[in-house]
Amino acid sequence: MLRQIEGSQAVARVVAACRPQVVCAYPITPQTHIVEAIGAMVKSGELPGCRFINVESEFSALSVAIGASATGARAYTATASQGLLFMMEALYNAAGLGLPIVMTLANRAVGAPINIWNDHSDAMAARDAGWIQLFAESNQEAADLHAQAFRLAEEVSLPVMVCMDGFVLTHAVERVDVVTREQIDAFLPPYEPRQVLDPSAPVTIGAMVGPEAFEEVRYLDHARHLDALGSIEAIAEEFAEVVGRPCGGLLSPYRTQDAELIVVALGSVLGTIHEVVDEARDRGARVGALGITTFRPFPLDAVRDALGGDARLLVVEKAFSSGFGGVLSTDIAMAVEGAPSRISTVVGGLGGRAITETSLRRVIDDALEGRLERLEFLDLDRGAVEAELARMAANRRSGPVAENMLRSLSASARRTGGGRP
Amino acid sequence: MTPGQPVRFFQVGSFAAGNRLLAPEMRTVQSDATRANSLTSGHRACQGCGEALGARYVLDTAMRATGGRLIAVNATGCLEVFTTPYPETSWRVPWLHSLFANAASVATGVAATLDAQGRNEVRVLAQAGDGGTVDIGFAALSGLFERNDDVLYVCYDNQAYMNTGVQRSGATPPAARTATTEALGPEPGNPFGQGKNLPLIAMAHNIPYVATATVAELHDLEAKVLKAMTMHGARYLHVLVPCPLGWGSAPAATIELARLAKESGLFAVFEAERGEVTASSSIRHQVPVEAYLRPQSRYRHLFDDTGAVLRPDIVGRLQALADANIARFDLLKSAS
Repeated sequence: MLRQIEGSQAVARVVAACRPQVVCAYPITPQTHIVEAIGAMVKSGELPGCRFINVESEFSALSVAIGASATGARAYTATASQGLLFMMEALYNAAGLGLPIVMTLANRAVGAPINIWNDHSDAMAARDAGWIQLFAESNQEAADLHAQAFRLAEEVSLPVMVCMDGFVLTHAVERVDVVTREQIDAFLPPYEPRQVLDPSAPVTIGAMVGPEAFEEVRYLDHARHLDALGSIEAIAEEFAEVVGRPCGGLLSPYRTQDAELIVVALGSVLGTIHEVVDEARDRGARVGALGITTFRPFPLDAVRDALGGDARLLVVEKAFSSGFGGVLSTDIAMAVEGAPSRISTVVGGLGGRAITETSLRRVIDDALEGRLERLEFLDLDRGAVEAELARMAANRRSGPVAENMLRSLSASARRTGGGRP
Repeated sequence: MTPGQPVRFFQVGSFAAGNRLLAPEMRTVQSDATRANSLTSGHRACQGCGEALGARYVLDTAMRATGGRLIAVNATGCLEVFTTPYPETSWRVPWLHSLFANAASVATGVAATLDAQGRNEVRVLAQAGDGGTVDIGFAALSGLFERNDDVLYVCYDNQAYMNTGVQRSGATPPAARTATTEALGPEPGNPFGQGKNLPLIAMAHNIPYVATATVAELHDLEAKVLKAMTMHGARYLHVLVPCPLGWGSAPAATIELARLAKESGLFAVFEAERGEVTASSSIRHQVPVEAYLRPQSRYRHLFDDTGAVLRPDIVGRLQALADANIARFDLLKSAS
């Protein structure tokens, strides 16, 4: 059903249509609207047969979902940023136990410095936790991916994290075709757990495993992830048949045919990238884009096929590994022969800074002309960085970096009568 | 035994407590050949492990109370490790171990699911050691209490992190030597703090039922589990379980030490409902705290080689704690 709706509300409606039996919530911006809306649906009776549990931490939110899932419930929760890191131990545990929990991650920067706005450092911190990680490009995709996530999680017995950019998507009101309960019922069978706590057939879940079998158990997790690659494609196709539009899958290529430069990215920034690609194509520049919808398991073969030519690759990342560089770039380099020499990484959009068309256009031009470094930081205020480095060199007790930065920015704003350039 | 005759589980002049004088229906669950054996033999607990004993009684009693419809959630710790070394398990109940700090929350998820699915005849029991309860799992447990989720949470308190090699926990008593509170310096062992009395903290949540017990009085332990299972909402049972390894005591002394903890007043055995104490177990033969401390090498620094008190100041402070318990819980009232 077409609606003008906030991203969070659309996700909440789709999750509700999937009839979860246990939803647990702990507040953290910017995921709050989702669980608030589900909580209201449970309270009003609109979502019968569901228990909505307010817990005292994200760690407990995921722990409640673990208990629920192991008892045979379809379980859901949502979090962001610090919340995801606070539940990190339970993240690994849910995946290791093979529990098909679905969670929304409203992507947000991780502090310090504390920051509530969007980037992908939270999702990257959980990259190796054993969860399937799907990235939504739009609110339509965010909504649809949640329906697919339950189907996928339960089919392969792995937890699924649907990543949607905080604020950029969660709080954006736009047109979304929200799948109906009837469509979900045609697409999502009842949850049939692979393992369940049942007094009539007692099992031990979560036993201690030593060196004699630990590697095998962990390998099976890897094997399930590899299986999931096929499931993701099949489920996306089936979903498209039910709702009559494509969505999800492993990758979303955009005008990559004959491209001499392909911009690779995760999430909502792909919308802006497509605009810039269109402009470049209009100018006759052969530029394309590749969205990574499925980040874990990483679709190595599909990426290799999509980037197999000799196009230069520009990976735009909203996260990075300090002292190293791009995270997604590393995976891309693994997929593509001879890639390191043709990959440039641009880190941008950190802590909610907008990745503008103007800035993207500039780096694309630089990339086309081979002027790009291997690793660049988009729109980095070099002056502010140099000033702080100088202050640190001059004074042992130079003070907290973040505070110094704010002070120098406000001083420069006073001088120029405006905000950050 | 004639009908109406009050039952004493102790024979005159001894501590022996048994079933053979009782009518069959009054005997312990554990003495019943058809008991569930929820925690069955072959596990790898140390000889004399109080926790293994306590857990066996608690689980089998809960199984009887629920007609076998029970799901157990376990925190990380000795109980989890010694019962499930791959590829074996000693559990004959549906059993889930997730993490150290989240047994209470996982149990909430189990209970919520049973409720959502209308399977309310199946009940939930969470269990953890003192570290998993009073320290790392404290926030989750308080959340369970506050929401009054339908879970019986059992803490097997052996007063330190025994699984990792006897380190201090928030439940370690003052003066006790642990690997992180060595018997060195002018205040050897664990410092005197305010203590962290989880039963009292549980009571402050006004939950339906809070009880303490020891593995010295197994009829009492079973009775409390049975009572807890007649109730719904958050219930908390705190069981003192001596640990020969951590306490430096003889495996054969486990029951005796649990009894001395109670008889000295250092461990108060009581019940509370909705935040009010409703009953306490009287001390039968009061002993000074040193009778309880002396057999344990974790208190060896308080005594000399002949067993004479070396640090009357410290023993005196411990006696004061026992006396305060006796007054607070009325532990010297004549047994009714």
